[in-house]
Amino acid sequence: MKVNKDGNGYTFAFSIILVIVVGVILSSLSIGLDPLKKANVAVKKKMNILSALGVESTRQDGSDKYDEFIKDSYVISHNGVLQEDLPEEKKAFNLDVQKQFRDKTIEVSDRLYPIFEAEKDGATIFVLPVVGKGLWGPIWGFVALADDYETIVGTSFDHKGETPGLGAEIAQDFFENRYNGEKIADNGQFTPIKVVQNGTGSEEQKVDGITGGTITSKGVEKMVNKTMRVYYKYFSKNK
Amino acid sequence: MSTTEEKLKAPKEPLFSKKNKRLITDPLSDNNPITIQVLGICSALAITVQVEQAFWMSISVIFVMVFGNLIVSLLRNLIPSRVRIIVQLVIVASLVIIVNESLQAFVPDVSEKLSVFVGLIITNCIIMGRFEAFAMSNKPFPSILDAVGNAIGYAWILVLVALVREVLGSGKIWGANIFGNNLPGEESGLYALGYVNNNLMILPPMALIVVGVIIWVQRSMNKELVEEN
Repeated sequence: MKVNKDGNGYTFAFSIILVIVVGVILSSLSIGLDPLKKANVAVKKKMNILSALGVESTRQDGSDKYDEFIKDSYVISHNGVLQEDLPEEKKAFNLDVQKQFRDKTIEVSDRLYPIFEAEKDGATIFVLPVVGKGLWGPIWGFVALADDYETIVGTSFDHKGETPGLGAEIAQDFFENRYNGEKIADNGQFTPIKVVQNGTGSEEQKVDGITGGTITSKGVEKMVNKTMRVYYKYFSKNK
Repeated sequence: MSTTEEKLKAPKEPLFSKKNKRLITDPLSDNNPITIQVLGICSALAITVQVEQAFWMSISVIFVMVFGNLIVSLLRNLIPSRVRIIVQLVIVASLVIIVNESLQAFVPDVSEKLSVFVGLIITNCIIMGRFEAFAMSNKPFPSILDAVGNAIGYAWILVLVALVREVLGSGKIWGANIFGNNLPGEESGLYALGYVNNNLMILPPMALIVVGVIIWVQRSMNKELVEEN
């Protein structure tokens, strides 16, 4: 039987078969690899939390070290009130703060803020996730606060697609370390930390920005201040 | 009938005949997809800030291109000509998704580095160009050779541009400092002498200028490549 390859019937049949075959291959691949991808994302999150604590970890030992250092985790509301009896997906580790930040149907006042309580060298350290906007897309990270509830002892930042060599440098140690020792409060009052361009970052409440990465640096400033203000509400009530 | 019999009788072409070898070597220089055909410029611009990204991008493109050309070539007699571009697009898109999913699952660190650029392989005109120009009318084996040649021709330009930009723009190769430490306050090596990285190199326009310089060098070495006006 001779098939007319220019006919409508053949074209439709070929397209339908192609789409079904491709659909089946891709969806089974995606479902098959899903557990691996989820595990990778979870380990990466643990590594980021540990990195803010100043603990180096790899993909292999990330989970073990997380269990070793993180003693407790809980969630507070935008007003700084401890939340209890949350469903599983809103528990501190499972709560996707980036998704919550993107989701415009969630009011700012309804956002939830997780706290990871860690113990390192005998001292309690609070690791707090932060989310914000860079130049090209989302930026996020973790800020570690000492048990005086105001001194930053470590940060780790990451980004989706900031310019390599410029804004993307926020994820480098040299920038993250500039936050160390800064205080988010003075005499019990919240005080923002400025990212500056004039090289005066060594002064109090100031951090040097990144040359050529101004918008991303300012994004970090806004992200840290906005989120720390919420956390400080909780800490000032509970210290 | 006589023509098909003649074809059957014709001696079998050796696996790496002169013609087949040219399929690989031509795209490396005299018919390079980036510098001569000026295709795939968009990705040459986007991911050549660091060598590491360019390297992984190249590996992904080689994979997509080889399997894409092979699949298109195998299906070339079945693909209805009226929807052939859409069919080719579906094949590239599927391969790119396979690459992306595999990177995320097995080498998450690389996947993070490439971020959105893997998805952009779909829009790389070299791939669609080879499907349409070569794989649609050639047998599977020459198609694979053609894909390897073009993908490597693309890859080495990409890595070269990235090398120039990373060295001059960030003072690094594969993320490692080569001119010394340039952190403010603790400069060492060349930076201690007052050397400053050229931040312009990091911005996208410089990729075009670097590609332009490569084209210039290539054409001044081989006058045959210069178009006559």
